Amino acid sequence: MPQIEQIAATLSSQVFWLLVFFGLTFVFVGLGMVPKILGTVDLRDKQIADDITAAQAARDQATSEEEAWRKRENANRAAAQGVIGEAKDKAAATNSTKLAEAQVRLDERLIQAETAIDAARNSAMAEIEAVAADAALDIVARVAGAEVEPAAAEAAVKEVMAHG
Amino acid sequence: MAAEEGKVDPMKQFTIEPILGSDWQLADGINIAFTNSALWMAITAILVWVFVAGGMKRALVPGRWQMAVESMTGFIDDLLEANVGKGGRKYVPYIFTLFMFILFGNLLGLVPVGLIPGIHAFTFTSHFTVTGVLAIMSFAIVLIVGFWKHGLHFFSLFVPAGTPLPMVLFIAPIELVSFMVRPFSLALRLFVAMMAGHVLLKVLASFVIAGGSGGIGTGVLVGVPSFILMVAISALEILVAGIQAYVFALLTSLYINDAENLH
Repeated sequence: MPQIEQIAATLSSQVFWLLVFFGLTFVFVGLGMVPKILGTVDLRDKQIADDITAAQAARDQATSEEEAWRKRENANRAAAQGVIGEAKDKAAATNSTKLAEAQVRLDERLIQAETAIDAARNSAMAEIEAVAADAALDIVARVAGAEVEPAAAEAAVKEVMAHG
Repeated sequence: MAAEEGKVDPMKQFTIEPILGSDWQLADGINIAFTNSALWMAITAILVWVFVAGGMKRALVPGRWQMAVESMTGFIDDLLEANVGKGGRKYVPYIFTLFMFILFGNLLGLVPVGLIPGIHAFTFTSHFTVTGVLAIMSFAIVLIVGFWKHGLHFFSLFVPAGTPLPMVLFIAPIELVSFMVRPFSLALRLFVAMMAGHVLLKVLASFVIAGGSGGIGTGVLVGVPSFILMVAISALEILVAGIQAYVFALLTSLYINDAENLH
């Protein structure tokens, strides 16, 4: 086995060159490069974590804004409903007053018309009475040949009409 | 040692040969020749560097290469997070280097560069001198962190929580032994796993050659099944290369957990 046969002759050389090349690798690669590479990885991991946190924060903000918007929207809708209700109430009130006014006016006109009708009827009755008295006078004059006083004829007509 | 005609020495692949400066010395008698083993360590170091450097764009949206590198660092980061906890992050550079160095070393030893004449792949993780140094480094980190953080209280590691006082006398030595065995088990596991696979592949390769040169009958009967087995075992070795690198990193992080979070 050369490992044992040559040990006396090669031990110092083996140890020396191993220390030289392992040492160089350790200094330049292990100490020089590896921490930088690990730093790059850490930086990347940190950036990814930060990005995720930022995205989460943005998402939370969006959610809360949506919540606020919804609240505002609901409030607006409620306010709109209130305005509509108010307008409806107001319109209903106006309608009812207008209706009442119209009713009053109609009633007045009805009363006027009735009064006018009554008056017309009364005057018509009076005329009928006068006509009836004249007619009664004429009838009496032609049938009986008697001259009756117009006042008596009117009284007789009134009596008949009152009974009749 | 050299392969004879038609014969494959399954151990030759582990031979260390100087490439440059066979007389270089750090101090008197301490030879530091640049060997084929050192060359493959250098290739491993460069490839690890190239691989990780390709992921240094630091783009917010990673490309394929950056994604691959980040999945490797993330894998080690998660491993330490799971086994050590929040305090495990400061060990990521070491565990990552350890894992990548062993993984690339293991995998490079399996690359069939032997197809190019004169070039031989060399698996430096199949040498216990190398795995031993790596294990001792990990063990040293455990000891240093343990005594640094907990002082002499670190010795309470040898007394599991809730042990009745009379039992401590028996359990503490056992725990001590199991603790001291850790670097050996760490080093030997990787060394044995890598060496066994490569030896097995070379033994089967020698069957293929011997069977083929023995005539058409033995060629079909021995050579072909051996070759099919080699292909399957090569696939298994790729898996083992990854698993052993993972096991080394995992056990090191578990040992560090003992020191970091003393019960």
